Amino acid sequence: MDVLYFAWVRERIGLPKEKVETQAATVSDLVAELSAREDRYAAAFADLSALRVALDQELSDFDASLAGVREVAFFPPMTGG
Amino acid sequence: MRISVQEEEFDLGAEASAFAAGDDANGAIVTFTGVVRDLASGDLDVMEIEHYPGMTQRALTKIAEEAQKRWSLGDVLVIHRHGRLAPGDRIMMVATAARHRKDAFEAAEYLMDYLKSRAPFWKKEITSDGAEWVAAKDEDEDALTRW
Repeated sequence: MDVLYFAWVRERIGLPKEKVETQAATVSDLVAELSAREDRYAAAFADLSALRVALDQELSDFDASLAGVREVAFFPPMTGG
Repeated sequence: MRISVQEEEFDLGAEASAFAAGDDANGAIVTFTGVVRDLASGDLDVMEIEHYPGMTQRALTKIAEEAQKRWSLGDVLVIHRHGRLAPGDRIMMVATAARHRKDAFEAAEYLMDYLKSRAPFWKKEITSDGAEWVAAKDEDEDALTRW
């Protein structure tokens, strides 16, 4: 699946987008997998309360299932307006 | 309904005039405009606005559709810019038309409250000292509870 990062999450991980091969069942499982990869991921995902997640471009949550999901995006709380 | 996510500036007067032009059923038009505010220190060089192409248009459309369900509205307009802006530049505007002003005002406030914390935009303030992401405010999240 495609995993996208925005704002300081993108800066901390160091890339805007990547393809990830994963069997993770939920967003939390995916976060655990990514965090185990390298320190930069662990640092970005250290405090999930400071993060939001969207699945296929709809806001979701960390307990959500990844079944059938093609695009996951991680980002800080939004600051529009 | 028109939702525009764009980099280029917009002409507030032209947008306001064109909005709901020829619509004589609605007696109230409310417009709100957001402008890049300088820091208290006066040091802001650039406000950089990042967004999530693909999700942004969809999220704004959903917010505007929800407003149309909750209030009796005529047309709805949302323009939101991204990219590099300077202090004093217009970031965004919303406009709502309704038969009566209460619906138009409330719907415009609703659009603004949701747009602040549910549309995928992120602001970064750049000064000569460096760059800092603008943190979301608790009161912006709290503002949603009134709806």
